[in-house]
Amino acid sequence: MDDTLLEVKGLKMYFPVTRGLLRRKIAEVKAVDDVSFHVKTGETLGLVGETGCGKTTTGRCILRLYRPTAGQIVFEGHDISYSKENQIRSTRRKMPLIFQDPYGSLDPRQSAGSIVGEPIKFHKLVLNKQEYNERVANLFRMVGLDPNMINRVPHEFSGGQRQRIGIARALACEPSMIVCDEPISALDVSIQSQIINLLEDLQKEFKGLSYIFIAHDLSVVRHISDRVAVMYLGRIVELTESKKLYDNPLHPYTQALISAVPIPDRKVEKQRQQIILKGEVPSPLNPPSGCHFHPRCPIAGPECSEIVPSLSDVGDGHEVACIKVQ
Amino acid sequence: MALLTVENLKTYFHTDFGLVKAVDGVSYEINEGEIVGIVGESGCGKSVTQLSTLQLIASPPGRIEDGKVFFDGQNLLDFPANGPEMRATRGGKIAMIFQEPMTSLNPTLSVFQQLSEMLALHLQMDKETQRNRAIELLTQVGIPDAKRRIDDYPYQFSGGMRQRVMIAMALSCNPKILIADEPTTAVDVTTQAQLLLVMQNMVKQYHTSLIIVTHNLGVVARYAERIYVMYAGRIVESGSCDDIFNQPKHPYTIGLLKCVPRLDEEEDRRLVPIEGLPPNLIDMPPTCAFLPRCPYSIDKCKEELWPPLELVDRQYVSCYVDTTQKTL
Repeated sequence: MDDTLLEVKGLKMYFPVTRGLLRRKIAEVKAVDDVSFHVKTGETLGLVGETGCGKTTTGRCILRLYRPTAGQIVFEGHDISYSKENQIRSTRRKMPLIFQDPYGSLDPRQSAGSIVGEPIKFHKLVLNKQEYNERVANLFRMVGLDPNMINRVPHEFSGGQRQRIGIARALACEPSMIVCDEPISALDVSIQSQIINLLEDLQKEFKGLSYIFIAHDLSVVRHISDRVAVMYLGRIVELTESKKLYDNPLHPYTQALISAVPIPDRKVEKQRQQIILKGEVPSPLNPPSGCHFHPRCPIAGPECSEIVPSLSDVGDGHEVACIKVQ
Repeated sequence: MALLTVENLKTYFHTDFGLVKAVDGVSYEINEGEIVGIVGESGCGKSVTQLSTLQLIASPPGRIEDGKVFFDGQNLLDFPANGPEMRATRGGKIAMIFQEPMTSLNPTLSVFQQLSEMLALHLQMDKETQRNRAIELLTQVGIPDAKRRIDDYPYQFSGGMRQRVMIAMALSCNPKILIADEPTTAVDVTTQAQLLLVMQNMVKQYHTSLIIVTHNLGVVARYAERIYVMYAGRIVESGSCDDIFNQPKHPYTIGLLKCVPRLDEEEDRRLVPIEGLPPNLIDMPPTCAFLPRCPYSIDKCKEELWPPLELVDRQYVSCYVDTTQKTL
């Protein structure tokens, strides 16, 4: 288990809901509720799920942008779950974030070069000005941007190019893992593939670079990830290799999710069976008892509303959280 | 005869930066009880086309420069935009489901008030019939406990539920054509599947025609019978879904299908992106707009005007190159 880069154990993130002048706590949103997984060096782990399932919160907890309610986050052998802000900075350098919105995540008044170079300066990764300039130009080339563009400001770039700037900024930190939070969902279809390919190429180039790829688009997540964790209402319901996820989904929610994603192929589509779920995702303020999925589950029994299923291995590292499946 | 025939529609926007030919000679048709998909990336003119047929283009800066929209034997573009004929058509005969369920509902009116407006205006129903019909509609689109929820306001509904309300509104007057403009972009996939099923059932039950405007090729492959692919304000390929998904012929359609990840793909498949960017529509050159990104281009493409749509075994394609003969 030496190649484990990140280990998350029993992560819980509850947000208090307060009311009144004294900010009395009246309820809790269990955004992430007992989530465990690990990421190996050089691996891409996909986190997929629908709105409000806690995938972004999980990502933010890993970066310690939130202080988790409970659980353990071990990154490169260091337990960072509760370390102080000034201790976390040097660790955070090793796991930067790529944001969803390429328009909002870049300072509109800063030049592209200084956006990319800021982490280099901040973490003092170079010795002199010349080295700095070379490094920035290199990063531009790496993500497929012309180094002559370093003096331009973000609004002069297209959406895809801006996302490339965001990726260059992440790479500037010399990371061992990049957390990508919906990095392509704001881009046009034909541009999305350019960014996906870039991320794949970078992983090949920097051997040992890991990604946590957070997205709602199952086809994209499956394409880029080695393993995929499917989340539902704050919990992981299934975690397996991406190939097995499509060929052999075990959890009823995963099955429904997969059947809901249309495939751009007429012949395949005509033969597919659709599972239409009942109702909508319940509010995380008041989640159903037992298995969170049981009110919508086609195979749920009376015991499902009582037992909280734990994620357990059913063979070959295929983990699933369902008492009906094991 | 087709239920709706659009011929050579041109909608231009006269902006401070130059002339934007958002829709530049688009022709298509839809038959009764048919589901048609209109596919393209943002800015290709797919939404403007639909808004133009209903004369919903803000003018200025937009103007419908040319074209005919035949519906029920009449050219809709002959009528004044705010005249009684257009008002009877919009919502009554041709209904539209807009892109953003969050912003297209009025937050200050209850769902019943918004639904009843249509029923009173188009069908002259009295209050009680309106109420019953509204409850019936909401039940039909899958809103549980519709009787109790009918006086709720949009903020009390989730995104998917709001989109259901939008569908209920669109269906309220039994329109002959339903235009769904990116109906599912803002919702999750399982909700998307639910909503599209509702619409599909409506088509089967009432023989309504459905136009799905989307950027998602998968949605078209699953639900539509025919497809129109748009690029830079024009239709570049059209035909039946069976033919086009089996053998796309326009380089853009081929590119689109190769660049999206598929759920059932082989491991380690490499995506083939379409290089470059979608064109800026201001002051476009007269040559094919896809030329700068096209891997199949030949010298003729640089010299000639935009290729016309021509029939190549059962598909209409706007390209000088026979892509089936040329391997990359």
